Amino acid sequence: MSIEVLWFVIVVLMFAVFVVLDGFVLGTGIIYLFVARTDAERRLVLEAIGPVWKGNEVWLVAGGGLLFLAFPKAFAAGFSGLYLALILVLWLLIMRGLSIALRSHLQNPLWRAFWDAIFAVASLLLAIGFGAALGNVIRGVPLTADGYFFTAFWTTFAPGLEPGILDWFTVLVGVLTAVILTVHGANYLTIKTDAAVRSRASQIADAGVWLVVPLAIVAILVLPFVQPALRHSYDAHPAGYVLPLITAVALITAQYFRRRRRDGATFFSWSLFILGMLGSVAWGLFPNLLIATRDPAYSLTIYNTAAPLYGLRVGLVWFSIGISLVIAYTILVYRGFRGKVERVPVEEGHE
Amino acid sequence: MESALFYDRLQFATTVIFHYLFPQLTMGLAVLIFYLKSRAYWTHDAHYNDAARFWTKIFALSFAFGVVTGIPMEFQFGTNWAKFSTFAGGVIGQTLAMEGVFSFFLESTFLGVLLFGEKKFGPFVHWTAALMLFLGSWLSGLFIIATNAWMQHPVAYAVDQDGAVHVTSLWGLLTNPWLVWQFTHTMTAAVATGSFVMAAVGAYYLLSGTHTDSAKTFLRTGVVAGAIASTLLLFPTGHGAALQVFEHQPIKGAAFEGHFHTESGVDLLIVGQPNMETLTIDNPLIVPQMLSFIIHKHFGAEIKGLSEFPRDQWPDTMPLLYYTYHIMVGLGMIFIPLMLTAVALLWQGRLFQARWMLWTIMLIAPFPYIATTAGWMTAELGRQPWLIYGLFRTADGASPLVSSGNVLFTLLGFLGLYLLLGLLFLFLFFETVSRGPTVTGGPRSTSAPMY
Ligand code: HDD
Ligand code: HEM
Ligand code: HEM
Repeated sequence: MSIEVLWFVIVVLMFAVFVVLDGFVLGTGIIYLFVARTDAERRLVLEAIGPVWKGNEVWLVAGGGLLFLAFPKAFAAGFSGLYLALILVLWLLIMRGLSIALRSHLQNPLWRAFWDAIFAVASLLLAIGFGAALGNVIRGVPLTADGYFFTAFWTTFAPGLEPGILDWFTVLVGVLTAVILTVHGANYLTIKTDAAVRSRASQIADAGVWLVVPLAIVAILVLPFVQPALRHSYDAHPAGYVLPLITAVALITAQYFRRRRRDGATFFSWSLFILGMLGSVAWGLFPNLLIATRDPAYSLTIYNTAAPLYGLRVGLVWFSIGISLVIAYTILVYRGFRGKVERVPVEEGHE
Repeated sequence: MESALFYDRLQFATTVIFHYLFPQLTMGLAVLIFYLKSRAYWTHDAHYNDAARFWTKIFALSFAFGVVTGIPMEFQFGTNWAKFSTFAGGVIGQTLAMEGVFSFFLESTFLGVLLFGEKKFGPFVHWTAALMLFLGSWLSGLFIIATNAWMQHPVAYAVDQDGAVHVTSLWGLLTNPWLVWQFTHTMTAAVATGSFVMAAVGAYYLLSGTHTDSAKTFLRTGVVAGAIASTLLLFPTGHGAALQVFEHQPIKGAAFEGHFHTESGVDLLIVGQPNMETLTIDNPLIVPQMLSFIIHKHFGAEIKGLSEFPRDQWPDTMPLLYYTYHIMVGLGMIFIPLMLTAVALLWQGRLFQARWMLWTIMLIAPFPYIATTAGWMTAELGRQPWLIYGLFRTADGASPLVSSGNVLFTLLGFLGLYLLLGLLFLFLFFETVSRGPTVTGGPRSTSAPMY
């Protein structure tokens, strides 16, 4: 395995872990207004994500940094090309982060209602936005000969040579993502809360699955028409079919555990389902990072965008050390906070 | 795309200046909280624990704003500076990624422990969390300053066949000689901000007669740390920074000192307005031959003036650069005597009664922010016209296909959003301060203070 391939795996894993970890925070946000009706319930839900959401977001920041390190040209081309969408995502991340951090600072019910609404709306738009960004990567972008591109928000709403950021395909992927993360967030709350919140969350999860399945089937059926290159990678390296297989199995086991009310196992199966989906996409894209719609020769691959060898090697050394430390203390802290969140005594709760 | 570049620069400058308002407080407070936590841990004095808990709340507030405004910084390298990222990603990709992996995880995870884990994890882990928070935030400063230091003074790189640069020694990148003074100076400035704010809150409580016990601790800690930091800002760190500028970036040095023409025995300019038509200073107030002495330890030494260098290598905003530098140094020269006087009063046991001093300490708190912002403007405006000094021009760095209309759109969006964020922060800061520290005398009875 060449070092470029290794870095491709690392970068994909960083973003995939981000989707799994921040995904349940986004999902929690999407269902927040429905599962938590009273102020006490809302604080309970926020406590469930409170100690972990910031750390989860760092996977995005670190993933971006590592993409920059390993494939600087792809980082530059992709981010400048999707300029408008990314800046919007940044604004939404700002609002989402502040809503969690600031909501309970004041007792005032209007203040709280305001941030509650921001939290829910920003989470939903972020989930759709991240999904649509993935959709852009799958569909391809109008790269030019010098390796850059720029896309408007929308052009004709159809994939083609000059697609916009939003077309029916990327919107489909966005909606699918939002639904998958909704179930993910509901699974998480089922573990972390009890009583009314828990039962509402688990109802949403039960129902959400039946939306995920048809949407996913539609997305998979249209895929060969939107981007045939994915299919070609699988034909060239059929070993990759194990990834969609894992995805399907994870979906089934998730349902199995859900029936038996094994909350933890359901959550992990669903996480595996998400990882499997992202892995399947990555296998299909490989070795492309950004596929050019105009001319395959303009595509940015891990080979024509990689940083020189020394940087990749030394990066690998410190990254292995750094990420081992991160995993070690993250596990310790998660273990420390495991279990249902405690109810805060009323007189002390507000701060 | 001439004007796209202008908006790109303006957007980066505004967003980074706004971002840096928050980390400077958190990095400064991180040290002070660690100190308070250590006292609490070794002496079992719950009073210090209460103080640490209060400042952790302020820390968390500032941290939240720092995080949400930091993410746009990282992504703007790609969105607005695509050509620069393509050119320099082989070098600065390293330090930016290291910041993510080594410090952001550490900070975010252990802030969670500090805020939510006092009861669950016990006092030792809680103390460790304070240490990790300090380490994480300072490492974050280290890696980002290493990035900037490389842009000021590129080292340990080579040019590859397609014209981009890449790192040839990670060690060389992290031991960039420029980093030594830039990092120590910036971190000292962060401690100044943190301690000035802590002292100001103490002064406010004493003057209004509330929370007087906590107030005295805040004042003692803030004033002593503030005096040390202010002194170190001038010497050795500020002095060291100035020397290396004159050695490696003589144009920047001449520009920020307002030194137009090469001569021997150069005067140190205290105030005066640069006149770009005549290339002289209007209304100068000077210390004769002092600049020569500061830079070369010799009153008669020669220093090259701006007119020595081709005009297309001058920073494009020389007067602004000159003012920002003088604002920073001017404020620095006010901080030192002020804080030393406060320490003297503390020593004699009169500080808590000296109302005029308490008023001054309370009102001076915004000024370290002004000094750091002015300092960064000095460093960054003075780097022009280079994005990477001597290697790559700012004009070549912007994203080629992002039009000026699109950048103006996002710039206006950032301005509006950040105005709102700034007001929000101030409001919540004053709200938290006016609620004051809670005195519990022990670990709090709940593990979840925040929601
Ligand atoms: C509380 C804030 C503060 C104060 C009082 C001072 N500084 Fe400063 N200064 C900074 C905060 C700062 C900074 C924000 O940290 C900068 C910006 C970039 C950097 O590396 O540090 C800086 C940069 C900076 C530079 C530019 C370095 C470059 O171009 O790369 C010089 C020459 C000095 N400082 C010198 C001084 C001197 C001689 C001071 C006399 C007291 C002084 N500073 C006080
Ligand atoms: C330490 C990491 C930093 C990096 C990597 C960095 C990088 C950059 C870049 C890429 C630009 C745009 C290109 C240019 O105009 O040269 C810029 C401009 C600028 N930065 Fe920084 N910067 C850093 C820190 C800061 C901080 C903390 C401040 C202020 C608080 C600051 C103030 C400015 C200003 C005022 C400009 C505009 C200069 C101009 O356009 O003339 N920078 N910086
Ligand atoms: C262009 C320059 C900069 C970039 C790209 C940048 C990037 C970032 C990012 C992405 C975050 C969020 C981290 C998270 O998710 O936890 C952040 C926060 C932070 N940044 Fe920056 N930053 C810049 C300038 C600076 C400077 C100059 C300093 C200090 C010297 C600094 C110190 C910090 C610290 C300590 C934090 C943690 C949050 C806080 O304490 O408020 N940053 N930065």
